[in-house]
Amino acid sequence: MSIRGVHLDIENLIHRYTPKSPLTFDGVRIEAKPGESLVIIGRSGCGKSTLLHIIAGLLKASGGKLRLDNEEVKGPSSRWVMMFQAPHLFPWMTVERNVGVGLHFAGWSKDKLRDRVAEAISLVSLDDYAQNNVQDLSGGQQQRVALARSLVMEPEMLLLDEPFSALDAFTRAALQRDVRSISKELGFNLVMVTHDIDEAVLMADRALVMAGSPGKIMHDISVDLPDPRNREDPEVQKMRRYLMDTFEEAVALQKGNGGTQTKVGSLSRMNGISEPAG
Amino acid sequence: MSGATQTMQANESNTSMMFKSTGRELVNFVAGLLILFVVWYLGIEWIASDPDKANFADFGPIPAFNAFPWLWEDGIIQDAVTASGYRLGVGLLIAIAIGVPIGIVMGTSKRFREYSNAPFQLMRMVSPMSWEPIAVLAFGLAGATVIFLVAIAAVWPIIFATAAGLAKVDPAWFKVARNLGASRWHMLTQIIIPAIAYDVLTGVRLALGVAWIVLVPAEFLGVSEGLGYAVQDAKESLSYDSLMAMILVIGTVGYLLDGLCVLALKRYSWHK
Repeated sequence: MSIRGVHLDIENLIHRYTPKSPLTFDGVRIEAKPGESLVIIGRSGCGKSTLLHIIAGLLKASGGKLRLDNEEVKGPSSRWVMMFQAPHLFPWMTVERNVGVGLHFAGWSKDKLRDRVAEAISLVSLDDYAQNNVQDLSGGQQQRVALARSLVMEPEMLLLDEPFSALDAFTRAALQRDVRSISKELGFNLVMVTHDIDEAVLMADRALVMAGSPGKIMHDISVDLPDPRNREDPEVQKMRRYLMDTFEEAVALQKGNGGTQTKVGSLSRMNGISEPAG
Repeated sequence: MSGATQTMQANESNTSMMFKSTGRELVNFVAGLLILFVVWYLGIEWIASDPDKANFADFGPIPAFNAFPWLWEDGIIQDAVTASGYRLGVGLLIAIAIGVPIGIVMGTSKRFREYSNAPFQLMRMVSPMSWEPIAVLAFGLAGATVIFLVAIAAVWPIIFATAAGLAKVDPAWFKVARNLGASRWHMLTQIIIPAIAYDVLTGVRLALGVAWIVLVPAEFLGVSEGLGYAVQDAKESLSYDSLMAMILVIGTVGYLLDGLCVLALKRYSWHK
């Protein structure tokens, strides 16, 4: 499998569900380099999932620009694939057929897609389950199938909408580690939304704090920590505390005066514990 | 105890349970039929014990079974089953061809569902046999009339089961499929049809039951072959033993067709 990243460029993006409804988010600006992992954290209702759906091309923005490698996003594409909160596998299909369904939609013949599907299944360590019906798998295994179904498309960007929130702690930790290592190995971008600060620290190159109504990106924080990341590591713990404080400060600021200031920083700049990333 | 030994014991236990379950089903099947035939026999004996109703004896199970050899040798059973089977098959196919697309539109379009609810519910409640005069005017006294009546009886369960199946489809499957680049054709063939197959087949099973019930009276008039015709012919020739034999054929074929539907439901069901 050969995957590369993409340059993501979002400028003054705004969204409202109907012309008369209030703004979901306002003036969102994000830029990401190829291969970078962005994690957007925020409380429920701040518009982070809507933003992700717009990046995936599943929803239309009400204004602003969204470009991938200088190309405007006009709809869904196999170049940027989304993984949802629940795996939403097709229960009438085996693991193999679920993983290959996107390639089938793209017109690949059964013979041609077989090797690539096997490779994707192997990547998520489900080789022994290829012929099983997906209903026979555990929640964690099902989410792995959903990951393989996304990876088989060789996306330049993988969008994750709280994909591990319904899993038990052990499975969640294993998948967080695996998704990050696979993304770094294959070089594709990750854009993930979560309200789990630990997850943000473990998976992000940069954490974007989104708050307010309409939602705004309040902080852009570089998470410059070595891999593999361990949640017991003091550096990880320190970053977690910093992110939590920043998040609460952003929420308080929004509640207090409706402030919209976007602050760009990193733990290294604030506490001097490591050099900022790029 | 080794894993292999445990697996072997588990397999033996499963096989033994399967045999027990199949054996019990077989005993229940035979016992149920025996009870039916005994009740039938005793009922007819009791009615025929009245000298004024002595000719009711021909309705009993023994004369009916005795009629089978000559009905078979004369090809009456085969011809009747073939003719009725053809009409039932064509009528059901027409009902599926009309019912499934309408059910899909009904399940996907709220406006269509709202507009169609009153007329569909009204027409569904009309006995299929009420359409016979119109069908005779349109198609004449021919097999086409029977096919029309079968189709109009069978179409409603298929429409409503398809629409109900679609209402149960997880909307996220469409989002995922769109996200993976599915075209409208893929959406229909790879997502919608497999997702609703079980409900459609449940509708077909219900439709088959209704159609089979409608088929026999529909063949009482204007056709010269089929199970309904055979029953009518037996009645008019006072051949009550063959009349009961044909009723047994109708019941048996209907039971077998329902069994085929159950097999298809098991084969295409993805619900666990």
